[in-house]
Amino acid sequence: MIEIDGLTKRYGSTLAVDDLTFTVSPGHVTGFLGPNGSGKSTTMRAILGLDRPTAGSVRIDGRRYRDEAAPLTRVGAMLEANFLPGRSAYHHLLYLAQSNGIGRRRVDEVLELVGLQSVARKRTRTFSLGMRQRLGIAAALLGDPPTLLFDEPINGLDPEGIVWARRLLKSLAAEGRTVLVSSHLISEMALTAEHLIVIGRGRLIADTTVTEFTRNAGTESLEDAFLRLTTDAVEYRSPADSLAYTGSEN
Amino acid sequence: MTTLTPAATTVSLPTRASRAVHAEWTKLRSVRSHVAALVATPILLVLLGAAMASMTVAAWDALAPEMRADFEPVASSLSGIDLAQLVLGTLGVLLVTGEYGSGTIRATFAAVPQRPLLLGSKAAVFAVAAFVVSAVGCLAAFLIAQPILAEQDLNVGLGDPGVLRAVLGSALYLTVAGLLGMGLAAILRHTAAAIGTLFAVLFALPLLAHFLPATISDRVVRYLPTNAGGAIAQLNPGPTDLAPWTGFALFCAYAAATLFVGAVLANRRDV
Repeated sequence: MIEIDGLTKRYGSTLAVDDLTFTVSPGHVTGFLGPNGSGKSTTMRAILGLDRPTAGSVRIDGRRYRDEAAPLTRVGAMLEANFLPGRSAYHHLLYLAQSNGIGRRRVDEVLELVGLQSVARKRTRTFSLGMRQRLGIAAALLGDPPTLLFDEPINGLDPEGIVWARRLLKSLAAEGRTVLVSSHLISEMALTAEHLIVIGRGRLIADTTVTEFTRNAGTESLEDAFLRLTTDAVEYRSPADSLAYTGSEN
Repeated sequence: MTTLTPAATTVSLPTRASRAVHAEWTKLRSVRSHVAALVATPILLVLLGAAMASMTVAAWDALAPEMRADFEPVASSLSGIDLAQLVLGTLGVLLVTGEYGSGTIRATFAAVPQRPLLLGSKAAVFAVAAFVVSAVGCLAAFLIAQPILAEQDLNVGLGDPGVLRAVLGSALYLTVAGLLGMGLAAILRHTAAAIGTLFAVLFALPLLAHFLPATISDRVVRYLPTNAGGAIAQLNPGPTDLAPWTGFALFCAYAAATLFVGAVLANRRDV
């Protein structure tokens, strides 16, 4: 369980996350939705102790991330998939495993799980975006953790990869894990998540279930309902876009 | 996954440190350019030492007396030290800034949230690797250059006073120069800025100090990192130099201070 309480993050004069409070429960996929720049990634970095909150707190199963001695066995995270380009996928996972006392065999297991075993010894410089995403997912699964965070895991995956990732996320949640998945695509989250957290400009806009969200949308498409919800919370939008968004078919 | 709230994992500090060291060693050896820099260090030392010895022997008979007086057999056989410190200094920088530049630092800090422990482990692994290649390179360069210098009876033996200290001291100097680069990199987080600062400190500062009036520079220059650290590599320290181990201790203190500041900053900064 992830408990976010009054989380605020300010970078200079920019308020990235503004008094955000919500809880992510185990057993189902929670979709973390918001337009670009709404504070999703900042929130995820704060959960992982990478960014220090200006105010508020984040607890994972009651504890602060930075107090964990072997955090990968407690929380697995796939952030923006960036790797040192000169290092192989295998060695990237190996150093992460060693730093948390995880055995070498688990490295091979997760490589197989994400389908990268044949390119494991290749340097990540040669990887496509989809392969990088798979490596990021492998890193998250390394410690077999009860809590998992995925930042835009679908980006760059091909249709087969998308179906695979969707199934994986659901099965991880079905095993009783806490799974938080960020996305800016409501349609994708409608297929993957049961619960939705919607933020805009760093503030909580909705904390609801997919069923509830769909029912409230009524005859509206999910995209339109999502846009209506977040329309006041988007920082950058060209006038032409605003016009387009008022049409029901776009 | 049936246990949803497992008990807190308690892992002792020595265990965490040894895991972090293990991981840092994997990181060091798994990138080709890191390994290339480590391998290049002894090769450069040997080649430049042998080349300098051969040139000295060939030119000796024609050499002016004051240049003959300046000749120092250990320093001559370790002429590659300037180039070697470029290589190891750059490696020290890249081991840190490479992670920031690529974004891997987030994966690293998520795996080891105790950032000072992580930086300490990184420095320890690098120090051992840098010292091993430097010591091998300095000893080999010395042992290959001395028989060449013997043609003009310019050679000394490892057992002669101060010689072993100067040879291994050169390796220590190289190691700490690399650590200084690592500390600056942890503070600055950008490759170009850290390498620029490191070489400004190591090369430009001693040059600039010579523009000061001699009465001041004679008292100041010895405390500069390069001069303080270089004292241990000198067979016969000059009157304005610090004693070998005193100078080296000061050089270590500079490197330790930058690493300390780097660790404090890493702990406070967002990544």
